[in-house]
Amino acid sequence: MATRYFGQRIRRNEDPRLLTGQALFTDDVNLPNTLHVAFYRSDYAHGKILSIDTEEAKKRPGVIGVYTAEDLGDYWQRGPLLVPPPPIKDIVFNERTQVPLAKDKICHAGEAVVMVVAESRYIAEDAVEDIEVDIDFLDAVVDIEKAMTDESPLVHDDIEKNIAAHVVQEKGSYSSIRDKAHTVISRKFIYDRGTAAAMENRGVVANWDERNQQLTVWDTTQAPIPIRNGLAAMLGLSQSQVRVIAPFIGGGFGPKIMMFYPEEVLIPWVSKQLKRPVKWIEDREENFFSTTHERGQVHEAEIAVAEDGKILGIHDVFVHDAGAYAPYGLTVPINSQCTLLGCYDVPNYYSEFTAVFTNKPIVTPYRGAGRQHGVFVMERLLDLAAQKLGMTPVEIRRKNFIPQDAFPYDNEIIYQDFSPLVYDSGNYEPALKRAVELIEYDKFIKEEQPRLLQEGKRVGIGIVSYVEGTGIGPYEGAKVSIDPSGKVSLVTGIGTQGQGHFTSFAQIVSEVLDVPVEDVRVVTGDTLEFGWGAGTFASRGAVVAGSACHEAALAVKKKIHKLASEILEASEDDLEVSGGNVQVKGVPDTAISLGELAAKANPLRGAVKPGTEPGLEATSYFGPSRGTTASGVHAMIVSVDPETFLVNIERYIVVHDCGRVINPMILDGQIQGGVAQGIGNAFYEQLFFDENGQLLNASFMDYLLPTSLDVPKIEGDHIETPSPLNPLGVKGAGEAGAIPVGALYAQAIENAFHDCNLEILEIPLSPNRLYEIISQNKTKEQI
Amino acid sequence: MKPCTFEYYKPSSMEEALDLMHQYGGEAKILAGGQSLVPAMNFRLATPGILIDINGLQDLSYIKEHRKHGVLIGAMARYSELEKSDVVAKKCPLLHETIPYIAHPQIRNRGTMGGSLVHADPAAELPAVMLALDASLRLRNKDGERVVAITDFFTGMFGTAMKEDEILTEVAIPHMPKRYGFAFDEVSRRHGDYAMVGVAVSLNVDRKGRCEKGKIVFFSVGDAPVFAEKASQLLDKQNVSEELLENIANVASSEDIEPGSDIHASADYRRHLAKVLTKKTLKRAFDKALA
Ligand SMILES: Cc1cc2nc3c(=O)[nH]c(=O)nc-3n(C[C@H](O)[C@H](O)[C@H](O)COP(=O)(O)OP(=O)(O)OC[C@H]3O[C@@H](n4cnc5c(N)ncnc54)[C@H](O)[C@@H]3O)c2cc1C
Repeated sequence: MATRYFGQRIRRNEDPRLLTGQALFTDDVNLPNTLHVAFYRSDYAHGKILSIDTEEAKKRPGVIGVYTAEDLGDYWQRGPLLVPPPPIKDIVFNERTQVPLAKDKICHAGEAVVMVVAESRYIAEDAVEDIEVDIDFLDAVVDIEKAMTDESPLVHDDIEKNIAAHVVQEKGSYSSIRDKAHTVISRKFIYDRGTAAAMENRGVVANWDERNQQLTVWDTTQAPIPIRNGLAAMLGLSQSQVRVIAPFIGGGFGPKIMMFYPEEVLIPWVSKQLKRPVKWIEDREENFFSTTHERGQVHEAEIAVAEDGKILGIHDVFVHDAGAYAPYGLTVPINSQCTLLGCYDVPNYYSEFTAVFTNKPIVTPYRGAGRQHGVFVMERLLDLAAQKLGMTPVEIRRKNFIPQDAFPYDNEIIYQDFSPLVYDSGNYEPALKRAVELIEYDKFIKEEQPRLLQEGKRVGIGIVSYVEGTGIGPYEGAKVSIDPSGKVSLVTGIGTQGQGHFTSFAQIVSEVLDVPVEDVRVVTGDTLEFGWGAGTFASRGAVVAGSACHEAALAVKKKIHKLASEILEASEDDLEVSGGNVQVKGVPDTAISLGELAAKANPLRGAVKPGTEPGLEATSYFGPSRGTTASGVHAMIVSVDPETFLVNIERYIVVHDCGRVINPMILDGQIQGGVAQGIGNAFYEQLFFDENGQLLNASFMDYLLPTSLDVPKIEGDHIETPSPLNPLGVKGAGEAGAIPVGALYAQAIENAFHDCNLEILEIPLSPNRLYEIISQNKTKEQI
Repeated sequence: MKPCTFEYYKPSSMEEALDLMHQYGGEAKILAGGQSLVPAMNFRLATPGILIDINGLQDLSYIKEHRKHGVLIGAMARYSELEKSDVVAKKCPLLHETIPYIAHPQIRNRGTMGGSLVHADPAAELPAVMLALDASLRLRNKDGERVVAITDFFTGMFGTAMKEDEILTEVAIPHMPKRYGFAFDEVSRRHGDYAMVGVAVSLNVDRKGRCEKGKIVFFSVGDAPVFAEKASQLLDKQNVSEELLENIANVASSEDIEPGSDIHASADYRRHLAKVLTKKTLKRAFDKALA
């Protein structure tokens, strides 16, 4: 279909505001009389609170209030379980969610114990230093494999062996084919923790207006509507008394959809108590402890293949680090379990995991949300199998791709959205072919690599594929209305954290109503403007909210046709919207501007027909039956300095399929940013905990984010396999860049040392770690 | 991450600054570029009651050549000024080569020569380079001034021979000898990071190409910059050869340094890097001296 706006590289509507510093972020909200908050956070990871002395803090000039768990009275409640366990047979699930302030026990370093409210953040921080908390130090649960043993200390006294959950999912029967396989390979894989490190930390500003009995909260949340609903319930207010605004946010990446963070519970409450605006802005040090993390898993996995490389089955048993509490249920490990299957036809699959509590910050989804681990294990197993069978990485993947005619493809296990893991559509071969072409795979192996090796240079190539489950339910909504000025207003409930919603959503509406994209004013994440929906997560904005925008625009178009047909005395079918007007098809003389029509739709005098709704406005909702499955192939060439083990990316290719593309420029940005985070995750970023559960690198001096010098420009291409599950044919793209990077690093570095029998079975890597792996390998060979 | 309360003074003359230091001594801290002090204050790792900001002392940021004493650099000379200075480029090429490795342009626009030396971070570049160059430091207090050889300046982890009321005013770097060679290199995770290991080499050769005097100095391998004494002695009267480089690199990395392990690099990896870097930089330094 010919499109004017949908699918175009259109400059972003939001950029002028962002680039000139005019966009409102939470910390920009400065109300007169605001109070500021700082928290006393535990230095220890595990311990019993014996006593808390806040007397000195209370006496400090400028301190308005000091609150412990006791002081919260009945308001002290555990946070909600956001995602209940999915309906899987024999599932074990031990619920334990976080608390606003630690009461009897500290479960991770950095857990908030006391809240101080003062006239300035400076005074609040001074007062925090006045507080004395006497803690009976306990041994910490740090190592996730040891956490399940009888000897381990317990994070929660009543939860045996620290087991948060145990889940088995099975397809076919792995045990019945294992003996028939030509080759069986098993290995242990480790994927360690990182943090999202969004550019903007979290923050909450709350203002209780006593006269209007109205609470307004600015929150760096990805889910303003659920926050409003929760706050109203907790504070005993009606939902209409609470307005939550998620303004511009400098990156969400998942941790900002965790609910409720202690600060989100406490700041609105204390504003209501003190009847003054209250502000808390997380600093970077706090962010390392109090914003959620992700990634820690250990897999013992096995692949059984036939002589020709066909996968007969996979067996995987893994441990997942839930951290101190598990408010997000099993989303992350279930994603690992499901995403492991990837683009491949795996007839027999046994997957078992145990999620364990540890004395470390909470784990919730972070861009990729468990998919990285699954992809890492599967891609590594395929690489090992290929090597054993004398195949190339490309050949073994091609051999096992789900064929194009097999969609929808049922994996016969349950996904994070509780529905069966059925891939809606896909076409994996062309993406692989394109990536092989773009990176000149064969030429590299045959010519480049041997030549460079002769010069003493270690260069390697990698190519991996992956799927990304995206666009899950339940639903989102959108309201579209045409202003008498002819401009269009579009409101949706989801929050925005830099994805380009102000443009992509506008493009969807522009396409239907044929108005310029810059004439569509988009509002997101303000519960006063739109009060229904779930939030921005799981790469679902474009799919779910985008489809709702489309439906609402169609409904408005219908209203345009209806009203115009009355005015023009023509049948609705004979009308068209074009260039901001509605007219009889091909008769520009009949054109009425949409603005004029909007004015006519809102008469001030006279009578209207019974049942007439005013305005050119419509609200629509969209709820998909299940998620869409995007996919892609990443390839890269790395050089490894054989003396220092510093790694440099020479080329990076992404060929990606997220169905129909709304704005290729925005999509490129998503991919580029995702790969940057993937590179960080694979080679730079790692949270180091000592045996006491202390985080050793809680600053950007020691927690290394890749900089612009470390991230190459991503080259690539798009394949469009539309989704049949929504009217736009779109699939999510938010996490695609980040997911397979670890697997790619491992393969490419191994390839650079292909003559050394190296095996890379862990992420993150580092020059130091490569040095260790390579020197160990040398000794092994010498023996 | 807000600092504790402090009093702030901005003297406009050295005398005023020295008076303040005399008055407040141990309670006070000099504020130079602030690139180490201010983060430390925000983390409340440093809690000085008094800050004496010497950014108002214009006459402290000179870079000039002196017939007898070599190159003289005021304590407030910024990294970026050193980077762009012709005097430094011509007369202290080792320093010139080093500056771009330090941090990032924004930090180099503020950070100072004096601040880096007094801060005495064992992972910092300038202390090691000054050690390799045999610099001397001019320290002043209200009672007068003294000159301290760089070899006597660093006393351990973030420790120096400065007295509580002293201000570092000037660094003197002796003239380069004839047939001079130098090299600097480091391995860091990302460009601009503190290095996992770094090395500075400064040497000169006689007419026959034999090393007359050579210094190899490491950083990030101990609690202060480390002069590799044994390895440097092995340079004495030697012509460059593969065996020499290999031998010196071995001695330097196994005997002269006692590196620790941290989250970025194990002691083993640090020794390995020290060896790799020693060979490379020594070779380059000889090449330059022989050219
Ligand atoms: C992101 C970042 C990256 C960095 N990377 C590096 C790096 O790679 N390598 C590196 O070497 N450094 C690095 N640094 C530190 C930087 O080099 C500092 O500038 C330097 O260590 C201190 O210089 P300053 O002028 O900023 O001193 P300040 O921070 O102002 O002071 C440092 C200390 O020296 C004292 N002091 C300063 N001047 C005098 C004086 N004249 N007399 C007496 N006492 C004095 C102060 O009281 C204070 O104790 C980095 C800093 C940052 C923020």
